[in-house]
Amino acid sequence: MAGVKRSLAVDVGGVLLPTPVMIASGCAGTGRELAGLVDPHKLGAIVSRSVTLAPRKGTPTPRIAESASGIVWSTGLQNPGIEVFVKEELPRLVHTGAPVIVSIAGGTMEEYVRLTSLLQARPGVVAIETQISGRDEELGREVLASRPDRAAEIVGAVARMSMIPVFAKLPLLADVVEVARGCVRAGATGLTLIDALPALGVTASRLRPSLGSVSGWLSGPAIRPVALRAVFDVASAMPDVPILGCGGVRTGEDAVEMMLAGAWAVQVGTATVVDPGAPVNVATGVLAYLKEKGLASPADLRGRLRLPAAPDPEGSW
Amino acid sequence: MRRTRAEILSARRVGAYHSLTLVAPEVAERARPGQFVAVQMPEDRDYLLPRHFSIHQASRRGGWAGTLEFCFEPGGKGTTWLANARAHGFLDVTGPLGKGFAYPKRLTNCLLVAEGHGAASLYFLAQELLVREKRVDMVLGAGTMERVFKPIEGKRLSQTNAIMTEDGTLGDRGTVLDALPEMAARCGSEVIYAAGPAPMLEKVAAFCRERRIPAQVVVEERMACGVGLCHSCVVPVARKDGSGYDNLRACVDGPVFNPARVLWDRWMSDVPTMIPTPPEGLPVVRSWPG
Ligand SMILES: Cc1cc2nc3c(=O)[nH]c(=O)nc-3n(C[C@H](O)[C@H](O)[C@H](O)COP(=O)(O)OP(=O)(O)OC[C@H]3O[C@@H](n4cnc5c(N)ncnc54)[C@H](O)[C@@H]3O)c2cc1C
Ligand SMILES: Cc1cc2nc3c(=O)[nH]c(=O)nc-3n(C[C@H](O)[C@H](O)[C@H](O)COP(=O)(O)O)c2cc1C
Ligand code: FES
Repeated sequence: MAGVKRSLAVDVGGVLLPTPVMIASGCAGTGRELAGLVDPHKLGAIVSRSVTLAPRKGTPTPRIAESASGIVWSTGLQNPGIEVFVKEELPRLVHTGAPVIVSIAGGTMEEYVRLTSLLQARPGVVAIETQISGRDEELGREVLASRPDRAAEIVGAVARMSMIPVFAKLPLLADVVEVARGCVRAGATGLTLIDALPALGVTASRLRPSLGSVSGWLSGPAIRPVALRAVFDVASAMPDVPILGCGGVRTGEDAVEMMLAGAWAVQVGTATVVDPGAPVNVATGVLAYLKEKGLASPADLRGRLRLPAAPDPEGSW
Repeated sequence: MRRTRAEILSARRVGAYHSLTLVAPEVAERARPGQFVAVQMPEDRDYLLPRHFSIHQASRRGGWAGTLEFCFEPGGKGTTWLANARAHGFLDVTGPLGKGFAYPKRLTNCLLVAEGHGAASLYFLAQELLVREKRVDMVLGAGTMERVFKPIEGKRLSQTNAIMTEDGTLGDRGTVLDALPEMAARCGSEVIYAAGPAPMLEKVAAFCRERRIPAQVVVEERMACGVGLCHSCVVPVARKDGSGYDNLRACVDGPVFNPARVLWDRWMSDVPTMIPTPPEGLPVVRSWPG
């Protein structure tokens, strides 16, 4: 269509991104590695690996195993701790030229609050993402975000303290719409859906689990339909809340599908690990799709999914 | 490091191994011994991760200029697919990756110890050492004859040479570790380079520590990205100042490490077994069922 001024730029809850395709947490290195692999100016954003208050050495190897159309992994959130991160890694990430979202993780409310306070007024940091899939040290539960009230409590504390937007990254371990609603009510700007799924790899020939940590997480194309459903359900319940769709996105078409389901932007994790050029290729693919359909912006994809007129009463099956 | 679509110049069998030579001048010109390449898997398959292989040859000069060779033994999905690659096909490769071997400045007598495909990177190293007028000796080993990697090339590149197979089908019966003490003494080895499975590297490391011989080893930890993005491939390495250790990424901080600083016990503390081994004294059921 002539006359359409087309742009990939998106506004996600006040965060302006040059493209709707960012690198998911834990898949972008330490700020040093990306330079030779991809043009950071063509990235929507880089989400940092999850940072904790104290340094973490992470889990024993092997940390990675293949499974059909996916990978099972566990890094145990290896990171240098917030102090070193802010001094060394963050400036490098910012220096790449891409907007930076810092992912934070912890086991107690206090950790999240202190991490948030240490991340205020850092040039180049456009948002905070809370990783709340880890162990709850205070309440002794396996997963922080497994209850809507607890997730809301943590995310709310972060949001109250933060001067920049906060995205709550949710695992699929409870009623995701309920957890999402709780986080948004508590002050989250938006949601990242979804975190990788809990998984186990077994190597039959050696009678052993495939990972050194025994249990791990599944990501990659294998989880894409699961992520689509979560995005769709939450977007249907809260159409005005920005959602960053994450899980198995590998091509422009995958990203378009995620945005048709209700995402405002997408994150690319495993596909970046497999091919660091993937996020830029995904963005190029989105642009091609917009051109083909005569749409001006990725935002125009939202709400375009044509649903059957009257919902089938048995559809909830 | 460069990502390139490389044409396959030749695909050959070398004993139990397959060898692929690619036309990849951007990679070949920068390659050093010890470095590796990542080979992308086809997009229409359900196995996603690139596979990583040591650079066996990289020619900068002469008729083979701009070519790169790597070798592998087909086993899993990716290498089985690669084993069907033919000349004039194309592969997406990224490289050279990682830090290569350092060459000794003063010391001259180098002993290269390799098991299985580990020899691939050490022959490349041998050539570079010979150019620097170092003495090269080798201990090569494998389970059986076909798995001794290019023994004739090994002989050609080294002054003294020991070949060990576990079944005695080539050279002497035993492992490279059996031949190591005598070879090191006979050749007056001042520097040791080793490549092979981790348990063998650990024993080479212990030998070098005991004799105070400086050494470098190539490790093969499981990798995903191969370029430092994902923290999958870590090896615990002691800090220089003695204040503990760091989990360093083998793909960017290695794969060549000083074995004296690798915390072997920690690294190789194996994945826990799912089925506990029966305590001593209990009968072990060997056939199943019945
Ligand atoms: C730095 C480096 C250099 C290497 N050089 C060589 C070489 O020159 N020749 C050679 O034959 N092999 C080499 N390897 C090992 C080689 O990468 C694996 O044998 C190969 O990836 C196995 O792939 P597959 O498809 O056969 O196995 P699959 O079982 O299908 O592999 C599944 C996953 O596990 C990984 N994996 C499986 N076995 C190993 C292993 N032993 N080491 C590391 N990752 C593994 C694969 O990369 C893949 O991600 C090297 C590995 C590294 C890290
Ligand atoms: C190697 C690896 C490391 C990861 N590390 C983190 C992390 O530190 N924090 C986090 O919130 N998510 C982490 N993730 C999860 C991804 O950000 C993403 O949510 C998940 O992998 C699903 O997306 P994908 O299918 O595009 O990979 C990691 C994923 C991988 C593959
Ligand atoms: S393989 Fe990804 S960091 Fe080494």
